[in-house]
Amino acid sequence: MATEFVALAEGSHGATLVEPKTQQRAPQENIVNDLSIQIATVNGSGSQSANSVLLKSIFRMGIPVSGKNLFPSNIAGLPTWYTIRANKNGYVARKKEIDLLIAMNPETAQEDILSLPTGAAAIYEESANLKQFRNDVACYPVPFDKLTAGVCPEAKLRKLVKNMIYVGVTAQLLKIDMEAVEPALRKQFAKKVKAADLNWAAVQAGYEYAAANFTKQDRYIVQAMNATAGKILIDGNSAAGLGCVFAGCTVVMWYPITPSTSLVEGFIEYAKRYRIEEDGKATFAVVQAEDELAAIGAVLGAGWAGARAMTATSGPGISLMAEFAGLGYYAELPGVIFDVQRGGPSTGMPTRTQQGDILAVAFLSHGDTKHVLLIPGSVKECYEMAIAAFDLAEQLQTPVFVMSDLDLGMNNWMSEPFVYPDKPLNRGKVLSADDLTRLGGFARYKDTDGTGVGSRTLPGTDHPQAAYFTRGTSHNEKSAYSERPDDYVNNVQRIARKFETARMLVPRPEIVQTGSSKIGLIAFGSSDFAVRESRDQLSEEYGLKTDYLRLRAYPFTHEVDDFVASHERVYVIEQNRDAQMLSLLKLHLQPVELAKLASIRHYSGMPIDARSVTDDLVTQEGV
Amino acid sequence: MAIIPITPDPMDAPKGAAKTNRIGLQVLDYRGGKTTLCAGCGHNAISERIIDAFYEMGVKPERVMKLSGIGCSSKSPAYFMTRSHSFNSVHGRMPSLATGALLANRTMKALGISGDGDTASIGIGQFIHMMRRNVPIIYIIEDNGVYGLTKGQFSATADIGSMLKTGVINDLPAIDTCALAIQMGATFVGRSFSGDKKQLLTMLKAAIAHHGTVVLDVISPCVTFNDHEGSSRSYKYTQEHQEAISEAGFVPHFHEIDVEYDPGTTINVEMHDGSHLRLRKLREDYAPSNPAAAVSALMSAHTKQEVLTGIFYVDNQKPSFTQMLNLVDEPLGTLPDSRVRPDRAALEDVMQRLM
Repeated sequence: MATEFVALAEGSHGATLVEPKTQQRAPQENIVNDLSIQIATVNGSGSQSANSVLLKSIFRMGIPVSGKNLFPSNIAGLPTWYTIRANKNGYVARKKEIDLLIAMNPETAQEDILSLPTGAAAIYEESANLKQFRNDVACYPVPFDKLTAGVCPEAKLRKLVKNMIYVGVTAQLLKIDMEAVEPALRKQFAKKVKAADLNWAAVQAGYEYAAANFTKQDRYIVQAMNATAGKILIDGNSAAGLGCVFAGCTVVMWYPITPSTSLVEGFIEYAKRYRIEEDGKATFAVVQAEDELAAIGAVLGAGWAGARAMTATSGPGISLMAEFAGLGYYAELPGVIFDVQRGGPSTGMPTRTQQGDILAVAFLSHGDTKHVLLIPGSVKECYEMAIAAFDLAEQLQTPVFVMSDLDLGMNNWMSEPFVYPDKPLNRGKVLSADDLTRLGGFARYKDTDGTGVGSRTLPGTDHPQAAYFTRGTSHNEKSAYSERPDDYVNNVQRIARKFETARMLVPRPEIVQTGSSKIGLIAFGSSDFAVRESRDQLSEEYGLKTDYLRLRAYPFTHEVDDFVASHERVYVIEQNRDAQMLSLLKLHLQPVELAKLASIRHYSGMPIDARSVTDDLVTQEGV
Repeated sequence: MAIIPITPDPMDAPKGAAKTNRIGLQVLDYRGGKTTLCAGCGHNAISERIIDAFYEMGVKPERVMKLSGIGCSSKSPAYFMTRSHSFNSVHGRMPSLATGALLANRTMKALGISGDGDTASIGIGQFIHMMRRNVPIIYIIEDNGVYGLTKGQFSATADIGSMLKTGVINDLPAIDTCALAIQMGATFVGRSFSGDKKQLLTMLKAAIAHHGTVVLDVISPCVTFNDHEGSSRSYKYTQEHQEAISEAGFVPHFHEIDVEYDPGTTINVEMHDGSHLRLRKLREDYAPSNPAAAVSALMSAHTKQEVLTGIFYVDNQKPSFTQMLNLVDEPLGTLPDSRVRPDRAALEDVMQRLM
């Protein structure tokens, strides 16, 4: 197993297998570095810093870890959960079962504790008396308010500081190294030394209280490892924003929409740091648009005039961009659109993850349109594909969509550090005034090399033959108005040829072959983490070996055909109700292959987990 | 009182030689393709005035980008200035496209051609936000009160009580795009008539001299669908009801001879490029630097059923959108890699912070 995963992990994932799966445990044996923590709070209560400190403390101990915010579409007062998963094998997808509950929300406390499996542990406010509901769960009641008052004389700060108490209690119970907690906390508060001191006192108070009052009743502990050295922790949106900064993106127009907002905010933060010149002037423009129609309009206008431009949105924004996406496709304009997918529609599940825009985006707009999609499966790919998307958009002169999702975009993931791009920007076929003099003019929509991609000029090119008239499809090769059937057919066939060129240029899928398996799995995006773990479960628990192909782009490349052809059954795993990727594959594959395809779907709004995949597959296999 | 001419004579050229402008181009260099609009369409006259204005101002066509939405008006950029890049785009969404193009290259002169449907109905959202930002563009509404390409439905600028050929009466009030423009932040606002060559040409030249959002609503009768008795956008109706709020004269910045004017009756406006706009008051209450007065004049014109024309409002103080963004001087779109991709040390720095 280990060697197999190294191949898959190459370049893309921080999480690699470091040891074989543990054997059956003796009842009283500690469970080391394998647990999920759920912190139940009320949104707006300021628990984010505490959760982040907890996550980073475990990370600093060298244990693979991930953090997920499961939150409602609301600013204050509704229940919200933060889950941390620490796993020595590098499994960082959501785990279905909760091993340690930190119940800070009285409204949901009863439901929260009832959801725990036997043998789990719970930390809660003493007065909630949750023990009455479960005698098979290790209970650790804490007088939070009393402890908070002891370290925080200022009453109005207590609500925030209270959260740090549970960090201390948790550290003591799980044996998290306080030497790891303090630097994580100090880094969190950066230059705010006073705040750091106050919060550190709260952590210590929690720690000391637990040490003095609790006997360890559960089996979960952490121990220092060496699996995170040199690794980074980042969310996919920040990674994509960073990628845009290093891609040389100069124009951003966007309309805020969850869960894409932090992508542009990430871009702004990094661009302000690295893209302001010595005289204080910016090499980028970020404009908040009045809506998504304007956002994509500006992106395409900027692309037409020579800029690397992008916008970031989610499903409802994609819908509004449909008309312009079609114009961008037909008028052959570069532009990059990030779709950080969520549940639909507008009053749908804006803060819940999904991969529900695949079909909508693949064919976004009217008439014959098909778009190039890049599908990152890790934070590192969010960064890399952001850079690749701008190159592809300018090479192909077309809008390119990067299909992320909320789980990947808004949650923290461990990763290898990102690599500096080794190639210069590929600005595509743009003719200068000198080129025009040399060539004696140009025909904007003529395919001179079989790629389908013509040469373009930018407004402002100082040559009397530089200009051309841009419109949809009603033009001939020289961009003169034409509605002649042959001109139209020639034009749209050439645009279709560009899609074949795209097929040669897009990232290839990642494939893991065991050599003997009859079962293939196809997945993409944030499902990757759960699918890797599920493959191990299938192998270890059921003796089922599986091969795995992770899609990274549309149009599909020949590797996909080969993979399906070489397996008896292929499960397409995705996070939507209607098996959208499977449908897209059906349009691509040879008819003889279609009967092999089976579907595993997960669409509750929660990030996909390995157990759900395993259970579904085992049922369908009849094992 | 003697009337002093406030516009200098047109440029003279040596007899016999082909006439050229100050950058050595002939008017031919500003021509476009053959129009496919109806004979007598007001839009064709506007295209002619655009050619004249850019020629006379000596703007190199390669420095201009023409952007349009959808409709008869939006087709017209094909009929002038072929040497300028042009984009016939999406119905009502040209402002966003122009905004993006200007962000990519703010050294260009943007000319937006729209119609009353493209602007006041489907495109009113983007129209408003373009003005609110003061995007540096000359935005021309070729306003005929009807949809031409779909054969004659009312648009949102049609006057209440105006009648279609079919006898249908418009029972909703018109959106006054000029009053709206003044309220929403456009910094140069005027109305003209495609049939008024002199006024329109002067206004266009002044528009070229302005840096900020210029909104020119040009009444441009539709000879096919809205030029009949009972229509308030016909040639006849417009000629009979046109009232100018001022008489505009224009002295371009490259003209050495200045012309005297009477400060008692004429307002002198220094434009961004150093040109001078001379506005002779034809009404006592004319105050083109006062938005409230300008809107008031427009509102009262409606009650008197006047087609009020002229330059209503000019603000030369407000910075344009591209000036506000504090961008580098060169066009963003063509900056070299070294200025848009941070170095390795920057990425190292980011990675260190994330460990």
